Amino acid sequence: MGVYELSLATVICINIILATSLNLITGYCGQISLGHAAFYGIGAYTAALLAKAGVWGPFNLIAAMVTAGLVGMFVGLTSLRVREDFLAITTMGVGFLFLGIVRQQESLLGGELGISSIPSFGLDKSGFFLMVLALAGVTTAFSLYVKRSWMGFAFEAVADDEDTARTLTVDVPAYKLAAFALGTAMAGLAGALYTYFARFIVPDDFGFITSITILSMVAVGGIGSVFGVIVGTALLTLMPEFFRFISDYKLLVYGALLFAVMRFAPEGLAGLNRLFTSRLKARKGGL
Amino acid sequence: MNKLLEVQDVTMRFGGVHALEDVSFQVMEGEFMSLIGPNGAGKTTMLLVITGILIPQHAKIVFAGREITRLATHKRARLGMALTHQIVRPFRSMTLLDNVALAVGHGRIRRVTRALTSVNRSAEREQARELLDLVGIGDHAQEAVTGQPLGVLKRLELARALALKPRLLLLDEPLAGLNHVEAPRLADTVVRINRRGLTVVMIEHNLGEVLRVSQRLVVLDNGRKIADGDPKAVMRMEGVRAAYVGKEEEDAAA
Repeated sequence: MGVYELSLATVICINIILATSLNLITGYCGQISLGHAAFYGIGAYTAALLAKAGVWGPFNLIAAMVTAGLVGMFVGLTSLRVREDFLAITTMGVGFLFLGIVRQQESLLGGELGISSIPSFGLDKSGFFLMVLALAGVTTAFSLYVKRSWMGFAFEAVADDEDTARTLTVDVPAYKLAAFALGTAMAGLAGALYTYFARFIVPDDFGFITSITILSMVAVGGIGSVFGVIVGTALLTLMPEFFRFISDYKLLVYGALLFAVMRFAPEGLAGLNRLFTSRLKARKGGL
Repeated sequence: MNKLLEVQDVTMRFGGVHALEDVSFQVMEGEFMSLIGPNGAGKTTMLLVITGILIPQHAKIVFAGREITRLATHKRARLGMALTHQIVRPFRSMTLLDNVALAVGHGRIRRVTRALTSVNRSAEREQARELLDLVGIGDHAQEAVTGQPLGVLKRLELARALALKPRLLLLDEPLAGLNHVEAPRLADTVVRINRRGLTVVMIEHNLGEVLRVSQRLVVLDNGRKIADGDPKAVMRMEGVRAAYVGKEEEDAAA
């Protein structure tokens, strides 16, 4: 693989971790988040500051996860008070709050100029890609495991009808907080990996457009479906690379995509795949 | 008989509307009690207050000797309260079997950490299948919830409530929407379960079935309790006839 392909593959893997992390909160547990880029950013800034302070790389990845997860759990407390559209607006507010803080804070976080000259992770490009690939694999495997576990079962109940879940002994607040903690910690990991990949971060990397992009990856792939989300992420990461105009009109294209998916195929690519295979089976059965 | 549930002075207002005003009653262990009254009397509100879904302005609720007035809904359910909804509320993304299996596995989801480390669902699905058989919808176990007729979903509600192994079963119009064959059959199932020792409180408009299966009636009208006692004696009381039966007779006369 050339340097360009290697970079692209690394970005896809980072985005897979990021989209999978939102899928855990929105897809599994039904909690809408329009500010997910904030946790990606918290992970990225944590790793950047620690890396510049000379702290060991792998430790920084864990620190980024812990910091993002703790803040995520705190933000998750809002999901105990507000639901659905109101939660979407509140999380969007959290995204803007994060952006406001990093933009204004110049002495530590670098303000609009961000943080540059971040030391390398200590691996060459292909070594770093293999590490990100392995972490994307672990994240995906963990996500699939959660879905199969009783935690995933309880998440499904909360996503479906949280009031009924309560009458069936489900501690809804605890499960929502768990979803936020796990999902945002994974987003923190993605952020730390992005920091070591780009070695230069600015506030705009973690803005509203990024939040919408992550949501589009999840929605296009199929909310709740792990493999759907992976395909959706790869597709949406590659699209702007292959078609230049998409990069220029990113928000417009992603907005249109989101609308089209919600209107015509609410279950995303995963839903379409199921539809086609069941039709194919029906046709075969008919023959 | 011991008191299982004691509801004291429940007052619940929605804005200016008094849904319940100073309502008190008791439920004895092993009893089959029906809560009746005309539409808008506050029956469903009362069940939602007992389960903690609604928080009343004033009340004292004691369940199994423990005051639960401020306890969260899921904790009340853990103490042994199960509710079926008047308007069915199945988990629509799951099969019928998994709807019940989740409730069977309530011990596994008690703690988030335990839920994350448990994967196997086969034992719970086995028990869930038995419960679906008990309420007569075992054949539909693997089917999706969407598209099922109301009769099946009503029974699913009951199976799911029983899966919690409750001490008190609260049924909100379990027979509504069932035909004249299904209704007595489901009522009989509930009676059978009650005779095995499970305490039942049922809201129901099907008076024929109510009188057939209940051991005691509590009548609500306009948010107040107007009668409490033996079903036949209660139905003879003038206030009850005026509030409840009288309206039906007027309707019939018209």
